[in-house]
Amino acid sequence: MSIKQHLINLNEIDMQSIATQCGKLLQKGDAILFYGDLGAGKTTFIRMLIRSMLEDDEADVPSPTFTLVQQYDTKQGEVWHFDLYRLSNPDEVIEIGFDEAINSGISLIEWPERLGGYLPKNRLDCYIDFIAGDDDMRSLRFEGHGSLEHFNIRGLNE
Amino acid sequence: MVQNKNGKAKMKVLGIESSCDETAVAIVTDTKEILANLIFSQVDEHALYGGVVPEVAARSHMKHITALTKQAMLDANITDFSELDAVAVTAGPGLIGGVMVGAMMAKAIAAVHGLPIYAINHLEGHALMARMSNDVAFPYLLLLASGGHSQIIIVHDIGQYTCLGTTKDDAMGECFDKTAKLIGLGYPGGVMVEKMAAKCSDIDTAIKEFILPKPMLGRDNCDFSFSGLKTAVRRQVEIKQIENMSDEEKSMLCASFQHSVNLVVKDRLKNAIIQFRKIFPNMDSPSLVVSGGVAANKTLRQGLKEVATEHDFQFTAPPIELCTDNGVMIAWAGMERLLAKKPADKLDFAVVPRWPLESVV
Repeated sequence: MSIKQHLINLNEIDMQSIATQCGKLLQKGDAILFYGDLGAGKTTFIRMLIRSMLEDDEADVPSPTFTLVQQYDTKQGEVWHFDLYRLSNPDEVIEIGFDEAINSGISLIEWPERLGGYLPKNRLDCYIDFIAGDDDMRSLRFEGHGSLEHFNIRGLNE
Repeated sequence: MVQNKNGKAKMKVLGIESSCDETAVAIVTDTKEILANLIFSQVDEHALYGGVVPEVAARSHMKHITALTKQAMLDANITDFSELDAVAVTAGPGLIGGVMVGAMMAKAIAAVHGLPIYAINHLEGHALMARMSNDVAFPYLLLLASGGHSQIIIVHDIGQYTCLGTTKDDAMGECFDKTAKLIGLGYPGGVMVEKMAAKCSDIDTAIKEFILPKPMLGRDNCDFSFSGLKTAVRRQVEIKQIENMSDEEKSMLCASFQHSVNLVVKDRLKNAIIQFRKIFPNMDSPSLVVSGGVAANKTLRQGLKEVATEHDFQFTAPPIELCTDNGVMIAWAGMERLLAKKPADKLDFAVVPRWPLESVV
């Protein structure tokens, strides 16, 4: 069975350490799908993750909402940061290099709801949620599928 | 043949832009005339700012680029490509599939007709536009604010740029879009937020009722950050419960949002002006140019005018249709390079998804 992990009451520092941990575990062919409302912090979390993989706290990681995808060369492989928010038809993902990303890169995907039938088999679903009554806290839920079924974000609550 | 005043044939440059949602082709002259200006938007014009929904495909650029180019030639009354003096094309930054379509078209024309080709940085196109539309002289200060970019730049000369500040996260236009979406205003987001805000009669009450952050305000740099502002709007919508919010409340929230953006932009530009003055202490009324789709926002324009006047700068903005993505700015950037006798690019130049303006030469 897949490992579901639910981490609650996370502040920015917690999110940072989870992002860094996540980054260490990723390898070519992995995809993380980020679910969460507008403003939940998907891009912010991914920025932390990419910066940790680039080993550069100041690296420029712009929102890909407008460009749909941004690519980064890391030691672990090419990271593709997708934002599918503006897509109308799942077929459009093919035009922006989705196949290549899934097969040979590390894919970090915002608004995966737009993927329709292109949902990758090997993936980690990550849900980012607000905590009622606290602006600065978030909860994260992870659920792995396929080869990422046993993906375990260790070292979190130790 | 098109001639200029002293009877000499005018120089003509064809420009192609396909780095995002628009396929655009234009032809301009050295005398700053627009002979053709064609644009096909994959987004409905009004959806430009909205969450809805381009067909982004390179395929779509491919579908339209030939017809647009032919029509541009007809509009300009030019029968043969060899009558052109150069071809200019966006080579980045942007969505690489789209950029490639434009570049291939430009390369084909240049190769067949033996024309010089200029690989133009999309941002340079925006940066130089005001020199054509408003006769702005070097050096000047530029705020470039659109759905994809938020930068403050010193434009020293062609190929000489200093980026004073940029966004750490979301672009300014993107922040407007997402705010509109959160408040349920539909598209185009930037325009809808502005319209809604205009209905607010009491801004003082609005900013007390809907307290929003002013990210970066007071910092001694020129950078932006809009992600937190978006989240704060979301919070307000959650507290008030969007389905229970009256139009009056929505107008107050929009007004407060615009107020925040405006304060931040003015503050950032004030710092930029100080830096500009340090480099050019003796310049009389330098220009403050705003470009990009966000330049359409009246509140913002008013704010920028105020900052400009306060610091003895001249506020300038190209017409809106030349602020948003277009082919004219690419053709003009090519013309500037041609007139400045910059060497043309090799036919095998590569297109690039990322290309900071500062690295342009």
